Amino acid sequence: MMAALILVFSAAAMLQFFISYCRSLIATSAKQVLSAEVKDVAGIHTRASGDDFKRIMQLLHLCPARPEDRNSVPAIGAYFSLLNFLRATLARIVPSMRAWTESERGQCAYFAAVALERRISFSRHMLAQQIDA
Amino acid sequence: MLGPTQFLVWSLGILLEATVLVCAAARHSFRRYFFLNLYMGTTLLVEISRFQIVRSFGFSSQEFAYFYYYSDALLTILLYFVLISLYALVFDEMNAGSHVRLGAVLLLAGTALFSYAVIYQSSGKILSRFMIELSQNLYFVGLVLTFVLWGAILKLRETRTRVIQFVLSLGVYFSAFAATYALRNLFPNLDWPRTYLVPAIGFLLPLAWAHAFWRVPEEARLAPARLAVVPR
Repeated sequence: MMAALILVFSAAAMLQFFISYCRSLIATSAKQVLSAEVKDVAGIHTRASGDDFKRIMQLLHLCPARPEDRNSVPAIGAYFSLLNFLRATLARIVPSMRAWTESERGQCAYFAAVALERRISFSRHMLAQQIDA
Repeated sequence: MLGPTQFLVWSLGILLEATVLVCAAARHSFRRYFFLNLYMGTTLLVEISRFQIVRSFGFSSQEFAYFYYYSDALLTILLYFVLISLYALVFDEMNAGSHVRLGAVLLLAGTALFSYAVIYQSSGKILSRFMIELSQNLYFVGLVLTFVLWGAILKLRETRTRVIQFVLSLGVYFSAFAATYALRNLFPNLDWPRTYLVPAIGFLLPLAWAHAFWRVPEEARLAPARLAVVPR
């Protein structure tokens, strides 16, 4: 009985902490302004939307990974999947949840675009180093 | 003996734990977050020792099982000190450090006594069952303490991004382990939580802490109310 209670409470708490942690990762990149070049490549015209996420992630995987991204990009990928799940299930019943998941998905796409910008400049830096060598 | 996947997972874990220490030292944050680094250093030593024991006695040996559970309980207790140090950081301006320390020590002693009492009444194999029960309860109490700390962060409007990320990652870690141990307590014959889930969860803390030390500057600030699942 005790173990079952601990299991249920821990699973709920894990979900809550995971969402807050992912939002803290997103918040640190939200202040960064995207260059016009990356906006163009990522297809972001006015605001990033959740539908851009998949395409930006595909572009992200084409660039060499930076060691600093090893944790944050997969975590946001998992968070995006969770949001998609909520959008397909709970958000159909609760309309306010739909608006929230859409906004969060857009922020995930913006986070991925910021990571793409960092990776592009990292690739350029590596290329410049190779040319110099 | 260890298979190639297990060997890879183990080596990756050891490498990540060493990375946290290197990142903390490189960002001049070793002393400021001393207990976090002490925990990571001890985890590194424990992981190397476990690796040696598996090589000598095997993965299914009693020696490994005993060392695993005892070192796990020791590491969890050390993680309590990490949590206390984070409490001290958050409550720094309120001069409530001594109350926080006393409360945490009492809670730790109480959890150990409670676990011992429960097992003493119910089992002949007292040591091994005591360790699983103790670990489950320690992780759960750790989770409750982290929950309270997160509530305090929201209430006191703590804005240091690093502290917030340390607390949230600890919350994920404690809750994931408490759930895993509860699952093992409910279904003792289930093998996959021990084989796959535990090593995967073990990566969470070093990855999150290495990221916080390396990517988040000490002076970075964040509005915690924006992070709450239920808007405040």
